[in-house]
Amino acid sequence: MSQDTENIIDHVKLFRQPEYTSLFENKKRNFEGGHADEKVAEIGEWTKTWEYREKNFARQALTVNPAKACQPLGAIFAAVGFESTMPFVHGSQGCVAYFRSHFSRHFKEPSSAVSSSMTEDAAVFGGLNNMVDGLANTYNLYQPKMIAVSTTCMAEVIGDDLDSFIKNAKAKGSVPEEFSVPFAHTPSFVGSHITGYDNMMKGILTHFWEGPAREENGKINLIGGFDGYSVGNLREIKRVAGLMDADVTLLGDNSDVWDTPTDGEFRMYDGGTPLEAAKAALNAKATILMQQFGTEKTTAYIADKGQETVVLNYPVGVAATDKLVMAFSRLSGKAIPTELEKERGRLVDAMADSQAHIHGKRFALYGDPDMVYGLAAFLLELGAEPAHILATNGNKAWAAKVQELLDSSPYGKDCQVYAGKDLWHMRSLLFTEPVDFLIGNTYGKYLERDTGTPLIRMGFPIFDRHHHHRSPTWGYQGSLNVLVKILDKIFDEMDKDTNIPGKSDYSYDIIR
Amino acid sequence: MSLDTKASNKELIDEVLSVYPEKGAKKRAKHLNVYEEGKPDCGVKSNIKSLPGVMTIRGCAYAGSKGVVWGPIKDMIHISHGPVGCGQYSWASRRNYFIGITGVNAYGTMQFTSDFQEKDIVFGGDKKLDKLIDEVEDLFPLNKGISIQSECPIGLIGDDIEAIARKKSKQYEDKTIVPVRCEGFRGVSQSLGHHIANDSIRDWVFDKVEGKFKAFEGTPYDVAIIGDYNIGGDAWSSRILLEEMGLRVIAQWSGDGTLAELEKTPKAKLNVLHCYRSMNYISRYMEEKYGVPWVEYNFFGPTKIEASLREIASHFDDTIKEGAERVIAKYRAMADTVIAKYKSRLEGKKVMLYVGGLRPRHVVGAYEDLGMEIVGTGYEFGHNDDYQRTTHYVKDGTLIYDDVTSFELEKFVEKVRPDLVGSGIKEKYVFQKMGVPFRQMHSWDYSGPYHGYDGFAIFARDMDMAINSPVWGLTRAPWAK
Repeated sequence: MSQDTENIIDHVKLFRQPEYTSLFENKKRNFEGGHADEKVAEIGEWTKTWEYREKNFARQALTVNPAKACQPLGAIFAAVGFESTMPFVHGSQGCVAYFRSHFSRHFKEPSSAVSSSMTEDAAVFGGLNNMVDGLANTYNLYQPKMIAVSTTCMAEVIGDDLDSFIKNAKAKGSVPEEFSVPFAHTPSFVGSHITGYDNMMKGILTHFWEGPAREENGKINLIGGFDGYSVGNLREIKRVAGLMDADVTLLGDNSDVWDTPTDGEFRMYDGGTPLEAAKAALNAKATILMQQFGTEKTTAYIADKGQETVVLNYPVGVAATDKLVMAFSRLSGKAIPTELEKERGRLVDAMADSQAHIHGKRFALYGDPDMVYGLAAFLLELGAEPAHILATNGNKAWAAKVQELLDSSPYGKDCQVYAGKDLWHMRSLLFTEPVDFLIGNTYGKYLERDTGTPLIRMGFPIFDRHHHHRSPTWGYQGSLNVLVKILDKIFDEMDKDTNIPGKSDYSYDIIR
Repeated sequence: MSLDTKASNKELIDEVLSVYPEKGAKKRAKHLNVYEEGKPDCGVKSNIKSLPGVMTIRGCAYAGSKGVVWGPIKDMIHISHGPVGCGQYSWASRRNYFIGITGVNAYGTMQFTSDFQEKDIVFGGDKKLDKLIDEVEDLFPLNKGISIQSECPIGLIGDDIEAIARKKSKQYEDKTIVPVRCEGFRGVSQSLGHHIANDSIRDWVFDKVEGKFKAFEGTPYDVAIIGDYNIGGDAWSSRILLEEMGLRVIAQWSGDGTLAELEKTPKAKLNVLHCYRSMNYISRYMEEKYGVPWVEYNFFGPTKIEASLREIASHFDDTIKEGAERVIAKYRAMADTVIAKYKSRLEGKKVMLYVGGLRPRHVVGAYEDLGMEIVGTGYEFGHNDDYQRTTHYVKDGTLIYDDVTSFELEKFVEKVRPDLVGSGIKEKYVFQKMGVPFRQMHSWDYSGPYHGYDGFAIFARDMDMAINSPVWGLTRAPWAK
């Protein structure tokens, strides 16, 4: 049978046709040289056991399916949050192709960044010429107001020095002397993408803040950190700050550049923190940092400049948002408006309406350290029971802080925290100590397939569902979105579990 | 194309070059041209270093080896050796379909990495690799082999991955363990990675198995599919045609492929090569060393499929030649109905392409079968032999751009205003914002297959839905001036 023009079928259905299934069978039987089906089934079962789990957790050298990326990705994330800024990654060019693809697949948006395209000769002689020519080309072709330079591991291993290279390039006229070229060394063999964000944010602030004397005003800075929901979240923060009448400067606001309209014009740059505002941010009274573990160096730098720093852990849920709103209020001296108090009440209302469906459900979570902390806190507020909390890029301090949170609630008592582990570890956890739901990024779908644990998609990257990044996960409104996301999955699963006519469909309730 | 088009294309090239600093303009000028009918190539230089800072669309040697050639071999474990990023960004993103139980006897959509830390850079990563292979063997006992895909630091810190590969191979009963020196800084694009990966198959797979397949029962009709990565199932919708014409496909390189298939390939009577760019090296080697001839083919669109089936059949006896005619006859009605349905909706539409490998030329025929016209094309990492082959596909006056920069492509599309752009994920949203319909021509935009007759129907459907989507009528607000 070949295609029916009136009903053309693609990969989803095409390869289930008998001519293809027999092709697969023939290929497997005659040419692939694979193991016997029984052996494959036996090993498959073995991977589900405690014995396998113990071997799996004994790994020291091998990482399988990690939930983290490398530093320069985060550096780009921070850089594009500034007005007309072009991220420039010094080193091999393939990295930049990967970063751009990665962001485009998540945000469904263009993602501009350039590379200095270093090759073998640069590996031997250093990449100075690449920097000199590269900055000139970028400046002329893409007319940025700022070029933010980070590094790939190649440039780091050979020891290229960005500070001197940029000075050299300026001396050679690549870009005007007064043109802003902040930089950060972002070796991919240290930390993860959140480290790169931290380094670049600190690099940009250092560029603007070194020199002028600080004259404190009443403004508040806010730094979001690396966050797959930055488009929705930073806009939500602006809305909340507006309601509060607080004078907030977002540092690294990429909510517009990763959410541009389709109206006939491609905007390589859109929105972002104005460079003047970034400069003036030195004078703010305080900076609120939404992700403690993703902005540690930036926090220290800001504190060192004499500002108060308020450090949060991804404010999702009631108490975490209360903390944010109260910080806004305290720092701005403005009272929390009734409207916001009502929003809070509506979130609590929704939680009260639905908590019975979430109460006592066991969850596994993984993702960036602060996001999973925030989500865990929210789950505890709902009476859910986190069971496994994992961050490949989490450290000991993070694990201790999550443990402290778990210890604060009776619902946290059966939970284990895993810092530095990967999704192959998580697979063993889900087989040996099953949970009701898994919260994680797109790659969690492999765990869902293998272990049957329903996946609630939250985190970065999300490649296989569209547009969720446009809705906030922070604040009362964002928490409501997260609640609905969780509830939808719970109800969908309940329906799927009760829909066999005459067998289980007495529970296929029309009202839940 | 008219003289006007030729002249305006030339003007357009001058216009984009005028924005570059002098040095850059001089270099880029060699990569942009207008095809002149009758010339032996497209009049551009290629396979040259990208300029720094211009936003090249190219990737690296690691991408060419791990991402393209090796990654799809499903029963081997491919270790991204070095820091975490490379493996993470290339994790399952190329849609190399395969059949197998992931994590048990197939590993194509998994990310295995040595996740280098600072101490590995300082003290070297060989010990870690040694231990890592033990852990792979322990946890994934059904794997048939291991490849070590080097990331940038490996070559810079002086690790001896070949020594580790030999040592561990000996330790595990002569297991196939392939060290690949595909560090991202090598060469100028993905292309060198393809070559290095091809060579590693020669050195670490072929050399090892000589004599191993004495018992292999060949037939006169044995072929291997080379250079089809089974994106969205392309190799399957190709294989079915070869089998229907009476050939026996003994190996797929490398989509849905296995180590056993690689090893058996020297026993083929003919290698049929789809992606010339990424696998011509090993095809030539097999011809020289084992006497296996190879033939290029093109399974995009009925015109090229028919010609290719006959070309492949010409290497065999009448049984196969008749088989080819039978296959052509079988599918002609379907192909004609597809064309009848979509041609009226697509006739005369102009297309600009910018892709890698074989596609900047290979897909031209499929568009032309639907009455569409290619007005511009270029290769991410083509060589001169690609541009020579392109002359058989493109018309006089076609805009040619090699290793195009984002700036150039944007300006070209803005001025030429094609009805469709076919390129990659990094380009997709740029052109859609501009209101220009777009299809990803690396990943088939998550659709496919596009190869073969079954694939052509999907291709036609997808191009139609891209171009004729009602959404393009909404991009301007009614009140906008």
